[in-house]
Amino acid sequence: MIVKIKNQKALWLILPVFVLVAFSSLIPLMTIVNYSIQDIFDVNNAYYVGTDWFREVLADPRLRDSLVRQFGFSASVLLIEIPLGIGVALMMPKSGRLASLCLVVLAVPLLIPWNVVGTIWQIYGRADIGLMGSALTSMGFDYNYASDPVDAWLTVLVMDVWHWTSLVALLCFSGLRAIPAAYYQAAQIDRASGWSVFRYIQLPKLKNVLVIAILLRFMDSFMIYAEPFVLTGGGPGNSTTFLSQTLTKMAIGQFDLGPAAAFSLIYFLIILAVSYVFFTTITQMDKER
Amino acid sequence: MKMKKGYTLGLSLYLVFLLLPVYWLVVMSFKTNEEILGQLTLWPQTFSFDNYVTIFTDPSWYMGYINSMTYVAINVVITLITALPAAYAFSRYNFLGDKHLFFWLLTNKMSPPAIALLPFFQLYSSVGLFDTHIAVALAHCLFSIPLAVWILEGFMSGVPREIDETAYIDGYSFPRFFITIFMPMIRSGIGVTAFFTFMFSWVELLMARTLTSVDAKPIGAIMTRTVGAAGVDWGLLAAAGVLTIIPGCLVVWFVRNHIARGFALGRL
Repeated sequence: MIVKIKNQKALWLILPVFVLVAFSSLIPLMTIVNYSIQDIFDVNNAYYVGTDWFREVLADPRLRDSLVRQFGFSASVLLIEIPLGIGVALMMPKSGRLASLCLVVLAVPLLIPWNVVGTIWQIYGRADIGLMGSALTSMGFDYNYASDPVDAWLTVLVMDVWHWTSLVALLCFSGLRAIPAAYYQAAQIDRASGWSVFRYIQLPKLKNVLVIAILLRFMDSFMIYAEPFVLTGGGPGNSTTFLSQTLTKMAIGQFDLGPAAAFSLIYFLIILAVSYVFFTTITQMDKER
Repeated sequence: MKMKKGYTLGLSLYLVFLLLPVYWLVVMSFKTNEEILGQLTLWPQTFSFDNYVTIFTDPSWYMGYINSMTYVAINVVITLITALPAAYAFSRYNFLGDKHLFFWLLTNKMSPPAIALLPFFQLYSSVGLFDTHIAVALAHCLFSIPLAVWILEGFMSGVPREIDETAYIDGYSFPRFFITIFMPMIRSGIGVTAFFTFMFSWVELLMARTLTSVDAKPIGAIMTRTVGAAGVDWGLLAAAGVLTIIPGCLVVWFVRNHIARGFALGRL
């Protein structure tokens, strides 16, 4: 950790970054705040409505449903991806060419544009032309992600696991690599079982990495948009419509500016809270290091 | 170190799970539509490059790639130029509100683009930038700059500050020190940052689609809009998808040891 010196002139170095990000962040945010407390018909006819939109939004069953669905989705994603990611990282070879190869293969899903991820699973999952779809159908499952809500939900979930478990695995792998060999030698001398090596050596060392992984996965799954949009279009019905899509529908599809803005602010506050947890955890870790 | 058999098996199964959908996409891109819709074949019976030929000869297709490449390139340049000094400031100095600014940057990386989509559209229309590459590049700065600052700050904190001080004693000015001594020292960090800026801008679609209509339309939007016009041309769709995966796969080998760090915003 570098000892930093006090120097107010350093603000000048930040200025370009601040201006660029503020342009795309503060102005739209203020616009949203503006929309969320007014009823706007045109430029000259805007009426202050106070917290009406917020009350309307919080009482809207459509939004509550998509919020519940979103939390359910994020929770299932975390419950599957974190253990699976740890498992994959543990199974990987520790070093050498094979390890590099594994790293690159793992990274492939992460480098695919999000809408193409949706396209891939669309092609893969359809019963008529897809490998997975036709395999499941020929095994006797009544599988159709376009008409059955449960199938659709499961497909989106498997797609997300496919897409993002690699991230958890990569983070855990670099966490495991940081454990000194002496720890394992000591465990061998003590005749520790494989489980206790994992429980008392690897897991504690993975703690920091896992916190980052959980937070990142929560954030990313919380803003998922393009993949389910392409795969299922949010359907059948609303079964795979998550927060971002509900919001986009409201703002751009139906042009309900007031409620959409109020909803945006609530969404933003949730994100802000999680970001804060992320930030304090990270700075705490930097200090310990 | 001996590898356990169960581990190898489990890992192989997982890697197959990862690669099968991609394999299916690639195979399908070489098939003709008759074969795709006709019967299920694991390998194209008539190997056809028609889908790729269509994409490379039809401007409405290949312009999508050029548009995406253009705004991604502009975005990477802007991001690196502005993020380098900022990351240096964050890694070396204490100043008024430094932690708050750093946190504020993070919140922009974490916010879903859907939140501010409409204001975005209005803002860029009102300054006359709608449907230009520069608009998408600037909009993507919203998440790429925070990402770059975070990653670079992580790399820069690994360089001892004695180096800076020695250079100043030797009479280097700040810009000269920064360009001739400091930047070469963190070149792998800059490479990794460039890769991740590129990557995150390349995979994003929602903002890019909202801010463009014709002249700067990204390939992702062209893919989703062409589908459904007159039935779905699956082979063509698959080929277009394959072409969007290639850029990432070409360069990932160089950053393989830093992938985790990049996705974790420079921490670890």
